[in-house]
Amino acid sequence: MSTSTVDLHDAHGEPGGNTGHGDGHGPAHDPHHQHHFTTMEQQADTTKIGMWLFLVTEVLTFGGLFAGFGLMQNRYPQEFIEAHEHLQRPLGTLNTVVLLISSFTMVMAVLCARTNQSKKTVRYLMLTIACAFIFLGVKYFEYSHKYEEGLLPGNYYHTQATDTVKIINAAGQIVPSHGYATFFSFYFMMTGLHGIHILAGIGLLTWIAIRANRGEFSNAFYTPVDLVGLFWHLVDLIWIYLFPLYYLIS
Amino acid sequence: MSSHNTTSHDEHPHDPKAEARVYIFTLIGLLILTAITVGASYIQFGSSAANIVIALTIATIKAVLVSLFFMHLLHEKPVNAVIAVAGFLFLGIFLMFDFIDIGSRANVQPTNLHVPVAAAPAAPGGSTPAMPAPAADSRKE
Repeated sequence: MSTSTVDLHDAHGEPGGNTGHGDGHGPAHDPHHQHHFTTMEQQADTTKIGMWLFLVTEVLTFGGLFAGFGLMQNRYPQEFIEAHEHLQRPLGTLNTVVLLISSFTMVMAVLCARTNQSKKTVRYLMLTIACAFIFLGVKYFEYSHKYEEGLLPGNYYHTQATDTVKIINAAGQIVPSHGYATFFSFYFMMTGLHGIHILAGIGLLTWIAIRANRGEFSNAFYTPVDLVGLFWHLVDLIWIYLFPLYYLIS
Repeated sequence: MSSHNTTSHDEHPHDPKAEARVYIFTLIGLLILTAITVGASYIQFGSSAANIVIALTIATIKAVLVSLFFMHLLHEKPVNAVIAVAGFLFLGIFLMFDFIDIGSRANVQPTNLHVPVAAAPAAPGGSTPAMPAPAADSRKE
């Protein structure tokens, strides 16, 4: 508790500033060191645990959607296989590769931040952002293709002549089974929510890149890069499961 | 002072170059597994369930690679791994009970009540308007 006087002193200083350090009041400490943490190590560990707890909630959020998808695939197996033929496997594979590469550039950015290479950190973060935009570009291409074909969720699904599983609806018409529309409901909901995570990731990566460009991160403090990295890898992780379930069923 | 400032990197035993090499190998492994899973999807392994199991097994190997190396769980303090594993454990329990439920009610699915159309008269093309509301539909079924 020998540092408590320094803590009290600095609590009244400028936010984020390191006023009062090195002026005889006590040992200088890292300006990123917040005063409710005893040490930088404790601070880094605590924030990381918080991030992992958040990631678990993300996993469970998507888990609910995966459970629903599994349930509906079990109910409409034939329809799901036919509907997935409308997805383009090469585009899904391309997006998987792009996201895996972006995960690699992200982890390299974290490594560079930790080893005091600000310039390389920024460069790797820019590459990661570029990969994210390629991913969204491909997704836009896929979505607009689906839109033109009328392969939309729920009631917006346009009847396809080629859908083989038919039912008779209330008006006595022969129409495709609900399974097709259900498939695209899940497709848009899950890839859409994933896409929102990519957008959020782009925002976070941009913020981190700007801060890295200012030289804010170093061996002593790089927690934001680390945590945004964790988020980005989780987004990649979710896609690793989305890809085979949507594009590769047969 | 510096002893506690530098702790978080002491968990990483490698020098930066060796560490970068680990990441490159991880990426190569992930790309190879992606190629395998895409290739496997063109092969029929007996049943559709077998294909799904194979695809999900490969996906899980990829997920483990990402979390161990890219997300640093291998060199991180164990508490983070405990949180991550607990998350997936509870997801597993959730999914398990879901599928036990599905498996045990196979005979009361509304899909079984559909009128099968063996030889549909030329399907009404793409001009039929969108499906009516599901409520109206299920009444008929």
